[in-house]
Amino acid sequence: MTIPDPVFEWLELSPVLVVFVAACLGVIIEAVVPRKARFYCQLVLAEISLLSSVGFLVFNGVRGAWGPLAMKAVMLDGPAFVAWLALLVFGFLALLVFAERKINAGATAFAALASAVPGSATESEAIAQRREHTEIFPLALFSIAGMMVFVAANDLLTMFIALEVMSLPLYLMSGMARSRRILSQEAALKYFLLGAFASAFFLFGIALLYGYSGSFNLARIADSLGFSTMNRGLLLCGIGLMAVGLLFKAGVVPFQFWVPDVYTGAPTPVTGFMAICTKLAAVVGLARVFYVALGAERWSWQTLFAVLAIATMLVGVILALTQTDLKRLLAYSAISHAGFILTAVVGAYQNVAAGRVNAFGSIIFYLIAYGFGIIAAFAIITTVRDEGGEATRLQSWNGLGRKNPLLAGVFAFLLLSFAGIPLTGGFIGKWEVFASAWAGGFWWLAITAVGFSLVAAYVYIKVIMAMFFEEPDETVVVGKASLFTWIPVAIGALATLYLGIFPEHLMELVSNLQIFLR
Amino acid sequence: MNPDFVLWLAAILFGIGAFGLITRRNALVAFMCVELMLNAANLVLVTMSEVHGGLDGQVAALFVMVVAAAEVVVGLSIIVMVYRSRRSVSVDTASLLKR
Repeated sequence: MTIPDPVFEWLELSPVLVVFVAACLGVIIEAVVPRKARFYCQLVLAEISLLSSVGFLVFNGVRGAWGPLAMKAVMLDGPAFVAWLALLVFGFLALLVFAERKINAGATAFAALASAVPGSATESEAIAQRREHTEIFPLALFSIAGMMVFVAANDLLTMFIALEVMSLPLYLMSGMARSRRILSQEAALKYFLLGAFASAFFLFGIALLYGYSGSFNLARIADSLGFSTMNRGLLLCGIGLMAVGLLFKAGVVPFQFWVPDVYTGAPTPVTGFMAICTKLAAVVGLARVFYVALGAERWSWQTLFAVLAIATMLVGVILALTQTDLKRLLAYSAISHAGFILTAVVGAYQNVAAGRVNAFGSIIFYLIAYGFGIIAAFAIITTVRDEGGEATRLQSWNGLGRKNPLLAGVFAFLLLSFAGIPLTGGFIGKWEVFASAWAGGFWWLAITAVGFSLVAAYVYIKVIMAMFFEEPDETVVVGKASLFTWIPVAIGALATLYLGIFPEHLMELVSNLQIFLR
Repeated sequence: MNPDFVLWLAAILFGIGAFGLITRRNALVAFMCVELMLNAANLVLVTMSEVHGGLDGQVAALFVMVVAAAEVVVGLSIIVMVYRSRRSVSVDTASLLKR
């Protein structure tokens, strides 16, 4: 038996390779560059690699280099292109927030020495020496590279590897907070155990699906549906178990337990990063598997997903009402957003006129609008502080509008976008997603979702009222942050406004890039 | 070759792993249960590779072993970190985030 030489399209794959190589270089920098210079070396390397990756991506897009790559392991199609672009832009903004040091008296938000026991002499010594973990940048780059492969993976094995490459760095990053370290370590432990559990389900599902169809390739799985001589039970169990793995990453009920704990425990810049990048990768991966490989089997998963979408919105919205911590509130809000997005996944609406968005187009628009908002929101959370560090209790935010009207105004605007109020990107996203679910024949799901988003609006308006109409808490101040925080906040807020007023520009781009190739 | 017997064996191993992860309180044991689940999947991959002919499944099993090794590195480092700060790896004591 001969094995043919692998064909590898270097130029077409360059956006991923650049990020991956930069991550490897980052590891080398840790070893050879003196400690003082390391931070800016890592930061500049990471940001330049993300920007040049965007450059390569746009170049490939203009050239029209679409099609299967790397022996059909990766598919560069419209959805992969938009998802890569979104991941790179959000990764760029999130890494800027990682680099913020001014607000924390010259130290990053990450532990001085993550291996030191909290409160020990080793830790105080490390803090006194002003040590810091610049590994956070290569870790984030590895994670972004994994996400990029994940959203474009054309076979299930590549998808599994990419899932692990994107998750393993995230487990470590969520355990590296500088303050409240025990909490952060606990978040890392929970995220790791539950994440490994979910990826084991995902893998077992892949194995069963391979057993049914005899191939890992998405298109060949689609061809085998209904024609395989194997037991249909293999297919159904495989679909179910794979769905568990993917829905876990997206934070859908009943696999949402990790979301509030990890979002609260992780360092806030990391929370902002994973709130959008992990969710975007998971949802796009979910859509690719279920539309490309299992589209013909949609009668067996649509109804189940519809029920899960309703449960997700219910849990996310109702529990958000009872939260007293802002990070936790945004975590439950993230769960409810996963539910809103899932309505369009369920709709699976494909037959659209030219220039209109289908199910995937509406999902990615929603994710992009949500992403700009959530990165800016978590960046703002890092700036509101008391003597113990970030003040995330809701009461601490009382009267923020009197202390710093501009900051509170921007935060209120972002919350209105999450609530889906007109003139914000969030409104257009919700509109498109629900319209897509409706057009896909799930009108009852769309109506339920509108109902839930009205209830969800109450949660956000409650926070806004507290910020502007409650007596201020004098111990809480808005810290002096550097441009590393304010640039992402400004870009996030302006993009949210822009997407709310001129949605047609992004909509046009997305509507040209929304068809999965197979 | 009839794969039914091996599939049932794999399903039972997977079930033991999943059950163990949910019920055992020790993070190390819970982690071993995850490894058991991954190996159950490997068993299915290798068996089905034999059924369908071709090497895809067997190659996949090798990939899974490498991923499992990487997961051990990250997982054990997190568990050791937690053990050093609280002298216990029980997942019950890790409950500060519950309110």
